Amino acid sequence: MLFTEAGQLATSYKAEQKLFRLRQDYVAFGILLFLAFVALPYWGSDYWFNAILIPFLVLSLAGLGLNLLTGYAGQLSLGSAAFMAVGAFATYNLELRIPDLPLLFSILGGGLFAAASSVIFGLPSARIKGFYLIVSTLAAQFFIQWLFTKFSWFSNGSTSGVITAPPLVMAGYDFSTPVGRYLLTLSIVASLFLIARNLVRSELGRHWMAVRDRDTAAAVMGIPILKTKLLAFGMSGFILGIAGALWAFTYLGTVEPHGFDLTRSFQILFIIIIGGMGSLLGNFLGAAFIVLLPILLSQLIGLLPANHWVDIGQLENAQKIIFGGLIIFFLIKEPDGLARLWQRCRERARIWPLRY
Amino acid sequence: MQQRFKTLSALAAAVISSTLTVNTAQAGSNEQYFPLQSYRIGPYAAGGTGFFGGFIDYLQNVNAKGGVNGVKLTWSECETEYIVEKGVECYERLKTGLNGAPAAATNPLSVGIAYATLERSTNDKLPLITINHGRTDSTDGSVFPYVFPLQLNPYSEVSAIINYIAQQAGGLDKLKGKKIVTLYHGSPYGQETNPIIDLLAKKYGFESTTIEVPHPGNEQQSQWLNIRRIQPDWVILRGWGVMNPVALKTAQKTGFPVDHIIGNIWSNSEEDAAPAGDAAKGFISITTHPSGTAFPVLQEIKKTVVDAGTTNLSDPKRFGTVYYNLGVVNGILNVEAVRLAQEKFGKTPLTGEQVQWGFEHLNIDDARLKDLGAEGLLQKLKLSCSDHEGGGAVRFQQWDGTQWKVISDWVQADRALLRPIIEESAQKYAKEKGITPRDCSKEL
Repeated sequence: MLFTEAGQLATSYKAEQKLFRLRQDYVAFGILLFLAFVALPYWGSDYWFNAILIPFLVLSLAGLGLNLLTGYAGQLSLGSAAFMAVGAFATYNLELRIPDLPLLFSILGGGLFAAASSVIFGLPSARIKGFYLIVSTLAAQFFIQWLFTKFSWFSNGSTSGVITAPPLVMAGYDFSTPVGRYLLTLSIVASLFLIARNLVRSELGRHWMAVRDRDTAAAVMGIPILKTKLLAFGMSGFILGIAGALWAFTYLGTVEPHGFDLTRSFQILFIIIIGGMGSLLGNFLGAAFIVLLPILLSQLIGLLPANHWVDIGQLENAQKIIFGGLIIFFLIKEPDGLARLWQRCRERARIWPLRY
Repeated sequence: MQQRFKTLSALAAAVISSTLTVNTAQAGSNEQYFPLQSYRIGPYAAGGTGFFGGFIDYLQNVNAKGGVNGVKLTWSECETEYIVEKGVECYERLKTGLNGAPAAATNPLSVGIAYATLERSTNDKLPLITINHGRTDSTDGSVFPYVFPLQLNPYSEVSAIINYIAQQAGGLDKLKGKKIVTLYHGSPYGQETNPIIDLLAKKYGFESTTIEVPHPGNEQQSQWLNIRRIQPDWVILRGWGVMNPVALKTAQKTGFPVDHIIGNIWSNSEEDAAPAGDAAKGFISITTHPSGTAFPVLQEIKKTVVDAGTTNLSDPKRFGTVYYNLGVVNGILNVEAVRLAQEKFGKTPLTGEQVQWGFEHLNIDDARLKDLGAEGLLQKLKLSCSDHEGGGAVRFQQWDGTQWKVISDWVQADRALLRPIIEESAQKYAKEKGITPRDCSKEL
């Protein structure tokens, strides 16, 4: 049958180490890439690119950043939005102050700055653990926001502290159209996810999981705890920084420090909790839940016939209640996140139509 | 299990169909559409419900009189909660029009959303109206063809306040040696005017101090003690939301005379003064649109909309308040732009590009104000390719404990002084973005 996985055995170490060991995974991934890179740009509309796909991709990437730190290395963080802000502002300043620097390098540079700041705020993780670590990352959240508001140098003297994106030109090709911005975002997000998929199966990824599961045991096994933790902070900061740069440049086209406040950090945290900690697919599922569901609800309510009996404001509040209810429902049905739900579906499909 | 798949696929189908319906538009209806990025919930709901209530009621009033030259106005709302991403989503959702009626202009009433949709508006050729707020340098229409900070941009606002203080003192030369403190909200909006007040201080020789109140501003003891130490002649309150009543209460506690506090354009509503109770009595603020129901246009709305029971306000008592009247003023300006553009392009529904022409050539003089029944509610306004602001005048009003009383005639900002700063900033933006400014001498 189409989804029979039995009998696909690896006969060499090389085969064992393939990114997608199962034929189904391989084919599905190929189809997905084709859909995302070819079919969607062909069929999609401005609305889909600008309002749905780009924020969905960027928030998935931000979820990945936090997931590496929290889901894989077990370090709690509430500073995700701050590191996104560092990425966005660093990219902007690199573009501005180093003329002729290609856009892609500015974005990578933004990621590196974010990684550096993330490592600095990750230093306390050498001494404190768990919930107490939140305090350090929370400090990052407030400090960095204050920094960008206070010193107008970061926003090139703009009195209101708002920065706007430079023209998105790369190798002579203008990416400013909705499709262009979507493809640019998609390429960066897809390549970072591929890197992350490799990373979590590498020695470093396994170190992270060992530290997450019990750091004392990991230390006894000879894993350098501090280095592992700081690398997790650095990698997480790097990805968050790039997500921030994309958020500012390919999605909104403008950004103010206030756009990266604590609410955004919580949003990213919810993405990985709902999507699934320690899962790459979970980032997409969580981001879809957080980004798409409210839009869907608001669209559905928009379909209701207009009337004077129900106040529009109350309908909006009802939407929030439904959304909250759905979050509770999903977390009760599947505390490990949507990714686990998907996994269970696959397990059932594997033995279908038999029950066991 | 199968049941679950069924529900899931039904849900997915609903997503796709509901989002697609938005983008399908049939041609041929004789209607002009206003996409409303409104906010009726969240911390700024008081402003949103009032403004969009007034806006919608004015549109209803126009429809009741047969529309604009027979073209009916239509609108739909999308809730932004004043959140930038939601505003962008709403913009993208609504920009294509409704059932074939093309969109005329967007009015987000939010600085953040305006910044985020500024470039999109330009690309989509859809005017972006930021009445009394927005990006100051978008006044220069040669760089920002589709952005209109109508009536009053933040720089003009400060300049007008300083001119009023000079008037009270008996002339601009009397400003020398005066002490003026600006108490501002710790946000991009709050900071925007600090360089300008410093510039004016240098020019006129008064002493300026700027003091920040961190968002949201419900604790201001230390700031007001600081003000008491400085003993300024005037305090300019650049507040937002809860910060305003708290400022007034704290001023009373620290013994600063409330009638020497001047609220700016977002500290001027009933919702800003009333919660402070007695402490607000005597508080002065600027306004471009006095509250009250005596204006003929409001009486007309009362007759055709409010008395007919179709008002958009959930609490009809708010009829004629500051935010409501701002919505009415905004409605007048939008409809006038459409009307003007119709004279050039024909009496049919117009595209955003055509309405932009209408905005750019708006010229509301005394005679037109009288026709509209908006004398005293709206100032004279003349826009052009290079000037997207037009007015730059404000009136001053004082809170008497229950309502606002207008206490001055129109006070004009020193726009000639501000113009070079605005142009410089616009040029910088144009250079950063690689925009070639239009040559306004060639525009008709």
